[in-house]
Amino acid sequence: MILVLVTHDGSAVEETVFQALTFARDLASGLDTDLHAAWVGETPDVERLGLYGIASLHHISHGDLDDYAPQAWGEALSQLVTGLSPEAVVAIGSDRGNEVMAHVGAILGEPMVANVREVTPGDGAWEITRTRWGGSLLEETTLEAGVKLMTLTEHAIEAAAAATPIEASMVPFSPDLDDADLVAKVVDRVTTSGGITLATAPVVVSGGRGVGSPEGFEPLEDLAALLGGVVGCSRVVTNNGWRPHSDQVGQTGTVVAPDLYIACGISGAIQHWVGMMASKTILAINTDAEAPMVTKADYAVLGDLKDVVPAIVAEIEKRRGGD
Amino acid sequence: MRVLVCVKRVPAPGARIVLSEDARSIDTSLLSFAVSPHEECAVEEGVRIAEATTGSVTVLTLGPPEAEEQLRSALAVGAHEAVLIPTEGEDWDPISTASAIADAIAGLESSDGGFDLVLFGNESADSGGYQVGIRVAHTLGRPVVAGIKGIDASDDEVELRRDTTTGSEVYRLPLPAVVTVKEGINLPRYPTLKGRLNAKKVEVKRVIEARAGSGQTMVRLKTPAQEVSETTILEDASAVVDLLEELQVVGR
Ligand SMILES: Cc1cc2nc3c(=O)[nH]c(=O)nc-3n(C[C@H](O)[C@H](O)[C@H](O)COP(=O)(O)OP(=O)(O)OC[C@H]3O[C@@H](n4cnc5c(N)ncnc54)[C@H](O)[C@@H]3O)c2cc1C
Ligand SMILES: Nc1ncnc2c1ncn2[C@@H]1O[C@H](COP(=O)(O)O)[C@@H](O)[C@H]1O
Repeated sequence: MILVLVTHDGSAVEETVFQALTFARDLASGLDTDLHAAWVGETPDVERLGLYGIASLHHISHGDLDDYAPQAWGEALSQLVTGLSPEAVVAIGSDRGNEVMAHVGAILGEPMVANVREVTPGDGAWEITRTRWGGSLLEETTLEAGVKLMTLTEHAIEAAAAATPIEASMVPFSPDLDDADLVAKVVDRVTTSGGITLATAPVVVSGGRGVGSPEGFEPLEDLAALLGGVVGCSRVVTNNGWRPHSDQVGQTGTVVAPDLYIACGISGAIQHWVGMMASKTILAINTDAEAPMVTKADYAVLGDLKDVVPAIVAEIEKRRGGD
Repeated sequence: MRVLVCVKRVPAPGARIVLSEDARSIDTSLLSFAVSPHEECAVEEGVRIAEATTGSVTVLTLGPPEAEEQLRSALAVGAHEAVLIPTEGEDWDPISTASAIADAIAGLESSDGGFDLVLFGNESADSGGYQVGIRVAHTLGRPVVAGIKGIDASDDEVELRRDTTTGSEVYRLPLPAVVTVKEGINLPRYPTLKGRLNAKKVEVKRVIEARAGSGQTMVRLKTPAQEVSETTILEDASAVVDLLEELQVVGR
């Protein structure tokens, strides 16, 4: 049996979990075994999960598990795993998925292979291809373990419902947790105002060293506003204090996949590239035709962004004004 | 407050990654070295906490002798002591790394006193296992939370903040504790000349640790297939706006 941990943030399942369910379903059918899922906390979304071919859904509940608690989730899942002895436990490689599975690996004393992309089961060792450097490098690794623990790289595959959905049966499970397991838990939540964020914006107008100063971002703000998008930036910009880190796109910033990414004065270093390579269309504005961002973009304007960006803004306003 | 920060020496590739002959490592002949921005911020956070509590910061790395360079960088921005667990520079799996670090911490604590706070990056820049800090916390029997973007430290407790899609979550851990942090928690300072000079004088403590080994063994590295892309050059602003209209990003 293959077990999938369904991670959620209290209100909703993390969308990429459905990619992990698809991945685990294929793994299970390849091994001619069942797909089970585990859910911690209040009543799970059984109906939607059933569409993904889950035979049974183990509902982990406990009086003190009213909000996210990484070690307690790991401990509870480890007890369930010990009871079910699945061949593998899969979670999506989100912050929460990686964190809980790291706890499970520590508790069970087994390796945990984070951010896998492909898995080839074998009698002894399994062969795995996983993500390094945020996606700019791959690693082939072998895994020998009593239970194979792993997380799936987000967006490595597309989510797909099962051909024939199954009526998932609900199996309650109540773990025994001691105080030490519950020390690390969410004690308060602060919600900020809604609105589109860098991670969800349809258009990102992003600026790098080439912008030159905080004020240099004003034309990029204007363009983003006209296109219903937001401003992003590179790490050079955040290190210079021109923009907050929450605007930083890349391996150690936010990963985006908008319809359009406009890269102004950004060279396209791999650590930036992995944060925006999934954009549907990439337009680079750069003085250097050889810059990696230019050579990898779909479209490019070769010129000084201080001239090009205001010119684009003016052209949009002209065409709008002219109607 | 005594703070320990763990950092990992990684190459700093620019435009693309070139592999070594045996494809078991990156060809670093033309590259400089660094630590993950998460870890740079962990060092900065440790120094700020030590400044606020007249405490001390020890920086530790498991790596080849050349990794002293990364220890010196941390010393130059305010760390006080440095520890190297020497290896031959080969790739260590997360279980081996965590058990060596936990052993080294136990030894340091028995000789020089406990660390109230041990700081890690959320994930290492190259292998990205998201787990060494959590495994070390389990071995030490201390609470841990990952991905932290804000720390308020008092004598016996830390309050931690972590970003969520809709705002942030708050945790409170009694000390001693382990925390893994993300870039953005602060803006690291640049080293001063004085800092660099002091850094040269500090003697790096070496702690020998055996490699535990685990069921996870790296075989080789591979560069992902490069999708060949044609870049269409747009001559002027009106060509750009034609594209924006075509993409329906701006109203016709
Ligand atoms: C472990 C690690 C993690 C990292 N994480 C991130 C990350 O999350 N995000 C990130 O962005 N970086 C990250 N980096 C840093 C990354 O390696 C690059 O250093 C950084 O992305 C470069 O930023 P940049 O393109 O703005 O600057 P540069 O590389 O200096 O490029 C500036 C570009 O602007 C062009 N330019 C200059 N002036 C103009 C002008 N007037 N008009 C038009 N074009 C102009 C130049 O031709 C050049 O191409 C990380 C590095 C490491 C080692
Ligand atoms: N070789 C190492 N030496 C010191 N610290 C390390 C080492 N490897 C990992 N770490 C620490 O553990 C964190 C998470 O690493 P990882 O589990 O590989 O993603 C890193 O950000 C570092 O803080």
